[in-house]
Parts: sequence; structure tokens; C-alpha cells
Amino acid sequence: MSAFQRQILLPDFGAAGQEKLSRARVLVVGAGGLGCPVLLYLAAAGVGGIGIVDGDTVSESNLNRQVLYGPDDIGLPKAEIAARRLREQFPNTEFEALPFFMDVENALETIARFDVVVDGSDNFPTRYMVNDACYLLQKPLVQGAVYQYEGQVAVFDAQRGRSTYRDLYPVPPAAGDAPNCSETGVLGVLPGIIGLMQAAETIKCITGVGQPLLDKALFYHFKNASFFEVEIAPHPDAQAMMPANEAAFRAMHYADACERVQDILWTEAQALLERRPETLLLDIREEEEGPNVHVRSRRWPMSRLLQDASELTADMPLVLFCRSGVRSRHLAGVLQKSGRHTQVYSIEGGLQHPLSPIHHSVTHG
Amino acid sequence: MTTQPTIQLLAFGIVAEKAGSSRLSISGVSDTEQLLEALYQQHPALREVRFAIAVNRKIVHENTPLQADSEVALLPPFSGG
Repeated sequence: MSAFQRQILLPDFGAAGQEKLSRARVLVVGAGGLGCPVLLYLAAAGVGGIGIVDGDTVSESNLNRQVLYGPDDIGLPKAEIAARRLREQFPNTEFEALPFFMDVENALETIARFDVVVDGSDNFPTRYMVNDACYLLQKPLVQGAVYQYEGQVAVFDAQRGRSTYRDLYPVPPAAGDAPNCSETGVLGVLPGIIGLMQAAETIKCITGVGQPLLDKALFYHFKNASFFEVEIAPHPDAQAMMPANEAAFRAMHYADACERVQDILWTEAQALLERRPETLLLDIREEEEGPNVHVRSRRWPMSRLLQDASELTADMPLVLFCRSGVRSRHLAGVLQKSGRHTQVYSIEGGLQHPLSPIHHSVTHG
Repeated sequence: MTTQPTIQLLAFGIVAEKAGSSRLSISGVSDTEQLLEALYQQHPALREVRFAIAVNRKIVHENTPLQADSEVALLPPFSGG
């Protein structure tokens, strides 16, 4: 008796379908609200290899929808926690934790190692980058996204279909057009539903059972339980918007089109410093604002960085802090816009935040 | 003389939010270009939002003629995960 007996029994699926699943390697981009249900159900179905790419850590507000994590995981890297939990439950699948954010430097080599890509990321730069990379590498892409009470699912496959995400939306919206989940509300079941639809489409792509949502986009509305499906027609500008080859892909500035600064907590900054020792922790306060407060930080006043930031090694992850978190947020935006850094964080609340090292030394001695 | 139809619109996501309703109607237009013009006039906030247009459940990129029974959907991209 196999764990997959009940799906092998299905007409059209059978042992051949199971064999295809067990040989397939799927990359799940983002182990969040969409990624968690995708991962759980693809693993349960017996997909042979699953890569989990996510550079984020678990935070408390994730727990209403990111069902692979619990309170004890707060502050820990999602990709590693997800892989650990899934390995315990699904011995037939090989899991690979990829605890980093996708960028133009690592996207192509990462995606190339997989057969199908499932995008459950939470921002437009990643969505456009993954779309373009999948098109260049001719990999099927199963896309899902949510906004408040609504979700959308689509499948793009350069080999079997004729459209990409850019035929639906040629260029990313301006920042603020469509805020992400951390800024707007989301009910946990919605990404659950959309994520499971992505898992279903992925299984269809791999096994050939049924017709995937190829060249179509399916919209779902939670409030009236309604679906709306549209057919995607090729957009005349879509090709021109995409990088034509791998070198052009590496030169793209996806974050520019829709940059947003990521605020992190002191605890998350600490975790990042441990996980990626090359991370530079920058104290951007002016010299006269008091002594250094963190053993790992380097003092680099904002006034100096605004004039010349070329001394900062390109592509090194940067974590900025100041007194209250306002200036560091602004400067993080400037540095991100420069295109030399893909990972720039600002510590929320700066040194005034209760978790800051200053408060620690005050309260604990 | 032909009377121009009233077109029923389905608005999704942030488009519905900015327009104040997921069901809109626009009168006196005969193609998608006129429809957008009238829509922006009624709901100026929509100028800042990017969305795709579907006519009878097909995404259209060029100006497309509309009939009274045309079903038009305004579909913005979602980014949340």
C-alpha cells in the first residue's frame, strides 16, 4: 500500500501520473500565505523534489495564514523552518531550503534546476522577475496572488502557451498602486484557497491530467464565492518589456519599478546578521548623536552617505538604523533606488524601539 | 440615429475600492476608449490605478467596440502572497 494509493486509483491519473509527480522538481517562490498550502499539498501528493526560496523570517502577524509556522518560529528563517517541518511529515519528498530573496543574480541558476515554478511571492518586483526568468528558461510558471478578499491564479508556459504575465500587465504598477499584504488586511483562508488552486494547477502541469489555466487568469472573490475567468491575449509591447537574454536579465532593475523599503525589527536584524555574516549593519546617525551602541555596527552618517555611497560594496545586504527609524527608512529607499543594493532594510523604530540595544542595556543592567 | 447603450462594468480589487463599488455602469459610450474616458471622469481616482480590461471575458489591448450586452471587467494586478 502506498501513501498515494487513492490518487493512483483515479482514472487518467494512475501509476503513470504518480511516477511523473515523483520525478518532478518544483520551486516554490515565497513560503508565505500562498507558499504554505502549496508546499503542504504538493508534498502530500508526492512531488519528488521541492525547493523553498524565501529570505524572510517568521513574524507574529504571519500566523493567521502561514500555516507551517507557530509562535516558537517567530524570528526564524521561513525557508528552513518550512523545510524542517515538511521533512518530518513527508518522507517521500526531498526538500531544499533556499533561505534568500530571489534577485537578478541568483534567479536564473535557481530556477534552471527545477521543472515548474510556483510564484507565491508578495511583491511586484519579484513577480515580474520570476515571470521574465521563467520565460527565458522556458519553465512553466504557476502564479497566484491575493488582495484583501480577492485572489488570482494563472499559468504561463512558453512551451505550451502563448502568453506571460506581461501580456496581462506589461509593466509593474507604480509603488502604492497595489499594496502588499503586510500593509493591507488578509483573511488566512483566502491565500489558502488560492494556494491550493496553484497546487492543483501545478499537478496538472506535471501529470498532464485535465487542462491547466494556460493563457487564462482566474479571479476569485471570497465575499460572494464567485469566480471570473478571462482569456489572455498577447500584448503588443509584452516582448519588448522583457529581457531578451540572460545578460539583459541580470541588468534589469526590477526593484526600481516598484521599490519599497522593508522595515525589520531588531530581533530580525540580529537573525539576519547571524544567517548572512556579510550583512552590513549601518548606524547612520551623525557623529554628534552619541556613541556606538552595537558591537557589529559601523558608523556611517547619513549626511556622508547621501553625498557618496559608492564605498558600500554593491549587493551586500544592508541594515540601516538611526534614532527613530525615520531617516534610516528614507536612506534605505535612496540606496535601493541606486540599483547597487537589492537588499536594504531599515530597523523599525530605530534606537527608540523597545527591542533596541540601548533599551536592553538600560533594563538589563 | 442610434442610441448608445449603457455598459455594465465589473470592478475588481483596488479598482472597486477606488470606484466605491464592484458594479458600475457607464452610459453613452460605444467603445473601450470612450468608456475609459467616461470612467475617469466619474471616478478620477482610477487614473492612478493600473488595470487590464476584459470584454466578454477576453483581455483587450486595443480600442474595442461595445454593445449593450457587452460584459466589461476592470482587472488590476494583485501582489499579495
